[in-house]
Amino acid sequence: MATYQLIVNNQAVEVDAQPDTPLLWVLRDNLQMTGTKYGCGKALCGACTVHLDGSPVRSCSTPISTVGDKKITTIEGYSEPVVHRVQEAWIAEDVPQCGYCQSGQIMSAIALLEQNPSPTDDDIDQAMAGNICRCGTYVRIRRAIKRAAKGGNQ
Amino acid sequence: MKEQQDKSTVFKVNRRDFLKTGTLGMTGLMLGVQFSCSDKSKLLTGNPDVVFTPNIFISISGSGDVTLIAHRSEMGTGIRTSLPLILADELEADWKRVKIEQAVGDSKYGDQNTDGSYSVRMFYEPMRRMGATVRLMLEQAAAREWGVDVSECKAKNHEVVHTSGKAFGFGYLAEKAVDLPVPEEGSLTLKTPEDFNYITKKTSIYDLQDIATGSAVFGMDYDLPGAKVAVMSRNPEAGPGIRSFDGEVALQVPGVLQVFTLDNPGFPTTHDKALGGVVVVADSTWAALQGKKALRIQWESGINADYDSESFQQDMLSRARKPGKVRREQGNVTEAMSRAVKTVEGEYLVPHLAHAPMETPCAQALVTDNVCEVWAPVQDPQWTRRAVAAALGFDEDSVKVNVTLLGGAFGRKSKPDFAVEAALISRQSGFPVKLLWTREDDIQHDFLHFLSAQYLKVGIDENNRVNAWLHRTVFPPIGGTSNLSEKEPSGFEVSMGHVDNPFDIPNMSCETQEAPAKVRIGWLRSVANIHHGFAVGCTLDEVAEARGVDPAQNLIELLGADRKIDFGALTADFWNYNEKIEEFPWDTARFRNVIEVVRDKSGWGKSMPKGSGMGIAAHRSFLTYVACVVEVTVDDKGQIRIPMVHYAVDCGVPVNPERIKSQFEGGAAFAASLALKSRISVKGGKVEQDNFDGYQVARITDAPYDTLVHIVESSEKPTGVGEPPVPPFIPALCNAIYAATGKRIRQLPISLG
Repeated sequence: MATYQLIVNNQAVEVDAQPDTPLLWVLRDNLQMTGTKYGCGKALCGACTVHLDGSPVRSCSTPISTVGDKKITTIEGYSEPVVHRVQEAWIAEDVPQCGYCQSGQIMSAIALLEQNPSPTDDDIDQAMAGNICRCGTYVRIRRAIKRAAKGGNQ
Repeated sequence: MKEQQDKSTVFKVNRRDFLKTGTLGMTGLMLGVQFSCSDKSKLLTGNPDVVFTPNIFISISGSGDVTLIAHRSEMGTGIRTSLPLILADELEADWKRVKIEQAVGDSKYGDQNTDGSYSVRMFYEPMRRMGATVRLMLEQAAAREWGVDVSECKAKNHEVVHTSGKAFGFGYLAEKAVDLPVPEEGSLTLKTPEDFNYITKKTSIYDLQDIATGSAVFGMDYDLPGAKVAVMSRNPEAGPGIRSFDGEVALQVPGVLQVFTLDNPGFPTTHDKALGGVVVVADSTWAALQGKKALRIQWESGINADYDSESFQQDMLSRARKPGKVRREQGNVTEAMSRAVKTVEGEYLVPHLAHAPMETPCAQALVTDNVCEVWAPVQDPQWTRRAVAAALGFDEDSVKVNVTLLGGAFGRKSKPDFAVEAALISRQSGFPVKLLWTREDDIQHDFLHFLSAQYLKVGIDENNRVNAWLHRTVFPPIGGTSNLSEKEPSGFEVSMGHVDNPFDIPNMSCETQEAPAKVRIGWLRSVANIHHGFAVGCTLDEVAEARGVDPAQNLIELLGADRKIDFGALTADFWNYNEKIEEFPWDTARFRNVIEVVRDKSGWGKSMPKGSGMGIAAHRSFLTYVACVVEVTVDDKGQIRIPMVHYAVDCGVPVNPERIKSQFEGGAAFAASLALKSRISVKGGKVEQDNFDGYQVARITDAPYDTLVHIVESSEKPTGVGEPPVPPFIPALCNAIYAATGKRIRQLPISLG
């Protein structure tokens, strides 16, 4: 067991965990932040997507010992305007069905839009292909990303 | 399996339970909700400590808050919104003032088995009558206060308004209505469609904001104080137990607290017993998973240790080529086939499929003394309650099942085995527990969709009419998972696209053959309609080609004159999704209509560039009529893309059109998984895939780029939309691929290599 100082959603926290513990389980078990979901444990489905210094990572396959002082942002950490914009677009387009994968979808979409404010269909395909939605909300995910890219209007 | 449903149950129970209570219990919730109004003729709120609970689904507080019970499970269909919305509409409640509470599993709510696409169908009328009953009581209370006749009082948007213009709010009336007798059913007036506020209008789902901000509570998200995490290792072959195991290394993993075994059920496993195996209980999820990895287990072999799904399916196919047990017969197929001038013949194979909801099965449980409480994402909380009680040897009354949101289900979470496991683990460990199924557990130990083999042969006579239809289907029935003697599809399974063939063909034979279940078989979204819809829809396209008729026109011609088909007279096996055929007829006019609508809306017949094509198919399932046109492009490397899908749907009154559309968009993507990507194979009794690398599902790049849903306006009784999108999509896609490439698809998943 080791102690880690983390910055999660702009807050400093301290956790005790085995070094190989994936960030996903630190968030869920140690910090009771359950917005980030388990889907596959092998970085195949994207349900656990969070940001490290603004880049999307699969938290199920990111050992806590590798996080260092990088800033962790989760679905609960809505302080940036782009996050609001994406969440609002998700609501405006009524994207979710069961909703389970949507935290990961939204985190991937935010990362895409931060890097590329006006993504093409191909850009969206590339950025979002790692996130599975078994309910099949893909049509609306694409629409919501485009809406958010336009500043929320469509 | 599915329970027999009694539509009247809920209403009867409610009339008996029609309690009028003033309680102080919700004071804390009510404080702070004050509505001021300068118009003194309007008294909107009353005593905030009073809660008027005229029945178990509706309560109204003195402050005007309306709480409605959602008694069916939310797995993504929007039912947690749609049924309360029906209540709110008839009640004339303002949806913005409505809170929804999820019911525990209890027979007092009537049927809670959220499965089979029947929630709206079964509860549309009861919910309307319940809402109308309470609306009338509020109107009666207002009339009494004003000393006027109730006919002068009308509930409207959370108020009761008198013809003079004065009004009372629902909050004010809550206390006044408490002592009123429950009106007789005969005195109720249901709203007319033009007065609907929410039914047939667009409403977002209740949990939308929580989902978008990550605060929605799914199975593992509930915070059960002091809970330990449990994971299990189960025999790769369903049913047998453990020969030997060594948990010593696992116990040395930091954080691992206990390692013990659960009994195995043998085979057949049933649909509600725990599979058994070795349990690891730990302080944290990661410790539990590391402990599981460190287990050393020798599994017993059982009667299915040699099961090889590929060779089994070939064996099924060879039987499909031979005459089988006749489940529907008319005319003389053999004789008619001999007179045919053209025949169309095809063999169709669909593999085992896994549900793979994004949230794996999981459950939390706390067993203390003789009481058990469960929190779990289950489709059928009453079955869960019964199964947990049976496994623990408790009375049902000692088991409470709380239903969280379900992170997808598709039929998997109907089966309560995982909740049973959690309860047994809590009892044995002495801890409150959170049981997690890993994705590997989910795919390796699912209740798989049947694998199937079908043979179809169609005869066309000298007048270019279809005069003979032979359809043999072979697949292991769901019942075989509970009873080894069930080896042949039952009536409900052949009534999903096999014997319920609506086409007007004089000579027909629908046959089955035996195929025993070798793994746990369960129902997957749209069930046997998946493989039957595929085979029938593709065959019809070949028939169109053989006849030289446009495929859409071919469907309409084969359907014949508009009529209501009395399938009961055609086959003893017919099952109308638990509904009487008189109440929900098989209406070929509605079927023809959706075909025509989709044909006209999709631009059917337009010229398509090289490498692209359109395909059409139609299928009635779960009493809903659906036709589908798929547009496809296939590049030089065989890469398939689906730029556009059109659906026409007739589901009776479209209660929540926004969610109907989302179910069809999602249904197309789900069906795209089955058509293009998904396959489970079993070798040596063990599922060969274990995660989303081996068991692939549609991603944003595979799913349709766009899906347009054309909803037929209707005043017919509403029917479900969860499953009906899936069956016609697959043949429509295959037929589009044929149009684009000239290659016929007879096996799923599609391979153009």
